[in-house]
Amino acid sequence: MTRSAAPAATGHGTAPGTPRGGRRGLSPTLRYLGGRLLTAAVSLLAVMVTSFFLFRVLPGDPVQALTQGRNVSVAQLEALRREFGLDKPLPQQFVDYCLGLLRFDFGTSYQYRVPVADLIAERIGPTLLLAGTGTVVAALIGLSLGTGAAWRRGSVMDRVNTGVALTLYSVPSFWLGLLLIVVFASGIGLFPTNGMMTPGVTGALPVALDVAHHLVLPVTTMVAVVYAQYMMVMRSSLLDEMGADYLTTARAKGLRDSLVLRRHAVPNALLPTITLIFLNLGRVASGVILIETVFAWPGLGSLFYSGLKVPDLPTVQALFVVFAGAVILMNLLADVVYPLLDPRVRT
Amino acid sequence: MVTQQDPPGQRRFRRLPALGAAMAFAVSALPTATANADGGEGGPDTLTIAVSQPVDSLSPFLAQRLISTNLHRLNYDYLTNYDPKTTEAIPALAESWDISEDGLTWTYTIRDDVRWSDGEPLTAEDIAWTYTTMMEDEDAATANGNFVANFEEVTAPDDTTLEIGLAEPQATMLALDIPIVPKHIWAEVEDFGEFDNDEGFPIVGSGPFIITGHQPNQSVTLEANEDYWRDPPAFDRLVFRFMPEQDAQVEALRSGEVSLISGLTPAQADDLENAENITVNQATGKRFQAFTINPGARTRDGDEFGDGHPALQDKVLRQAIMRAIDKDEIVEKVYGGYAVPAQGYIPARYDTYHWEPAAQDRLDFDADAANEMLDEAGYEMGADGVRESPDGDPLELRMHVHNDRPDYVSMGKLLQERLAEIGIEIDNRTVDPGVLSDALHSGEYDLIFTGWSVNPDPDYVLGIHTCDALPEEPGTMRGDAYFCDEEYDELYEKQLGAYDDPEQRAEHIKKMQAILYEEAVVNVLTYADTLEAYRSDQIGSIQVQPDPGGNIWGQDGHWSLSSATPVAASASVGSGMSTGAIAGLAAAVVLAVAGGAFLIWRRSSTADDRE
Repeated sequence: MTRSAAPAATGHGTAPGTPRGGRRGLSPTLRYLGGRLLTAAVSLLAVMVTSFFLFRVLPGDPVQALTQGRNVSVAQLEALRREFGLDKPLPQQFVDYCLGLLRFDFGTSYQYRVPVADLIAERIGPTLLLAGTGTVVAALIGLSLGTGAAWRRGSVMDRVNTGVALTLYSVPSFWLGLLLIVVFASGIGLFPTNGMMTPGVTGALPVALDVAHHLVLPVTTMVAVVYAQYMMVMRSSLLDEMGADYLTTARAKGLRDSLVLRRHAVPNALLPTITLIFLNLGRVASGVILIETVFAWPGLGSLFYSGLKVPDLPTVQALFVVFAGAVILMNLLADVVYPLLDPRVRT
Repeated sequence: MVTQQDPPGQRRFRRLPALGAAMAFAVSALPTATANADGGEGGPDTLTIAVSQPVDSLSPFLAQRLISTNLHRLNYDYLTNYDPKTTEAIPALAESWDISEDGLTWTYTIRDDVRWSDGEPLTAEDIAWTYTTMMEDEDAATANGNFVANFEEVTAPDDTTLEIGLAEPQATMLALDIPIVPKHIWAEVEDFGEFDNDEGFPIVGSGPFIITGHQPNQSVTLEANEDYWRDPPAFDRLVFRFMPEQDAQVEALRSGEVSLISGLTPAQADDLENAENITVNQATGKRFQAFTINPGARTRDGDEFGDGHPALQDKVLRQAIMRAIDKDEIVEKVYGGYAVPAQGYIPARYDTYHWEPAAQDRLDFDADAANEMLDEAGYEMGADGVRESPDGDPLELRMHVHNDRPDYVSMGKLLQERLAEIGIEIDNRTVDPGVLSDALHSGEYDLIFTGWSVNPDPDYVLGIHTCDALPEEPGTMRGDAYFCDEEYDELYEKQLGAYDDPEQRAEHIKKMQAILYEEAVVNVLTYADTLEAYRSDQIGSIQVQPDPGGNIWGQDGHWSLSSATPVAASASVGSGMSTGAIAGLAAAVVLAVAGGAFLIWRRSSTADDRE
């Protein structure tokens, strides 16, 4: 059994990781990992610093915005400013922010007056549920359609699938979400229009079913908009493999066409796709901001959206760090997992 | 190519029973789920309201948002309420009141038949404690501190007597919008800045509904308070659901998931007008829409700052600008008729204080008259169609418009066109509200949009145009116009002191509006209607405020929700399949797909094994 895989490993030597293969030392794997970790740490540091100044550039005064249209005295405004630390000079605020980060203290939300860390802990579950489900489904659909499209490139199926995927990819997610609501929720009445739970439903199984029911439209929206990415990458990387000699070899030894595809072509083509999946895993949290808003999904995205309006500086800063941190972490993971999947990177 | 299909086929059929079992399991879960959902929802009469803001805090000392203050109107009582029909102050916890000769001491008689929802009696001591806490604790003053700013001392000599001592007489003592909290619960709170009142549901209150649950960012649930001292509500339960997107709210109303939505656009209202089982409520607005003209930004000490166009300090130019604007056109084109053209500062909804200019004082739309005024005042028309001020400055004015308010944006465009007709060129700056706010506070603007929601007691919106509201130093202004007029200030003091003569007070307030109108610094354009819609198959009757022509959501009081009556329960149950059935079906489909995929995978791998 292992023999049939051997040509794939040795017969094809232009994988992305190959240049690093030349470096030989006592522990190349460790050095590789160390380098990746260092890069990630530096990126994260840059993100933290950027985050502070990026949102300070936003116009408007949070205190004015929070009290807008309400009867407040100047003393109340000043008290709020003091409480938020906005009366201090900017460098002092920056130092406080950095010291806070060292203690994993993101500060207190202006809008909700609770620690931002608590807010994030509260909202991260729904986002992971929505984004996670969406990504898994989109990847499954995208990869299988992409494989099919490449294997029968130029066929009617390829053209139709590519066309549909690209059309959906260019549709704004909030608009598609609203369309789905109009048709399937208020129109046919199959699904709830928005929210994550029906208030008043209790018990583990009914709640799980209720959440699943609420999950259908937002996940459909997300999948429809993003699956094209997976499909196109899978399609093009499989096309790159199609002309390779090892496929001819595989066919020559009498393997069925579907086996040649699944056993030889797909594993090699999957490598760039894996990187994309990991990058997307990092991006999903921030990518669902509009979908969460349209569907009133109580996740990080809608928290960010409401925070930006104020601006609730501690909240948006922390979320920026979390969103960017997720991308960095997933990049790092991709780098770590890559050698495991592809022996060529390790050597 | 090898084509061996038969043996795997056998395996496929062997797997089928497993798949069948999985589906049977999924389907068997259905009845349980359905029954549960019915038990949770179908029984009590529930009124569901869609709101576009999440709750910021359930603590009445901290809550700033409209949604939160409206929840408090349901959960707590106030010293006085506003009449549902006329919005005038009426007794609530205070049955009656007396004022001392000097106007500095108010004595209220408190009802003796009110109980907290945990059974404890509500006494004058609870009220005194609530007010005193706000006076002594800076954090507790966060939301409503301005109401007690002028208080010297609040005491409760006995359970039914409350005495408030004031530093200066004030006319707003029957408009104290402060929720009264139970001392026996809140006295144990250590830090009012941290306590969000969200531990331990139900939250002890004395209002018509009691908050029984809060899913942050999702929903708030309230149950009727059967022991409420007025008539207990007809609905058993209220659910507020947070939906940030207005269009999604409309769809939720159509599907019957929510019973009431507010803040509709004219287009949405027109659309819902024809929908089945939906009633649209067109209410006179609490808000006015306006723009202010920079009369020269300055501090309280008279130091000028900013870069407002110098010609705007000329009242003739400001009045000419007003005469160039067609308010009827705005009502038609911007609001589709869902608004009324405005003259006075206080909306027409408040009869007592609303003011209209006399015929000879009106600055009505008349472009020819405006051009004449400017010609006479020496504003020469240039060759390029732009006038020049007597000092030689071309009349090129910046106009700041909120980019998140579609109505302001359309108004801005109309104004731009109209002002071009009298030789004023507008540099339309439709910007983020933050940018706009910065421009206002630094005095770097010429025309700028604004708007306020006016309470039954208009003291606050009048106070922001006193000289006192000018900034001590640039950036700290309390108002929105850099307006300062001695006569206006005198009248303001007079109305505030007219605590014993409401008619006299209304006269003062009308004169103040006449000054604002004539000076043309603060220019009210329209009072836009509030547009709401509700399910007429769920809500039988609902009280509007004021009556007739008033609004349902955001009332000064809890009248709409506490007096709403449900339509017969059977009609309100939603159509379509139950949640459980749908979810079960979805689960079955997922299982079937997964099972199918598994089978195909097995089939291929077995074929592979044999090779």
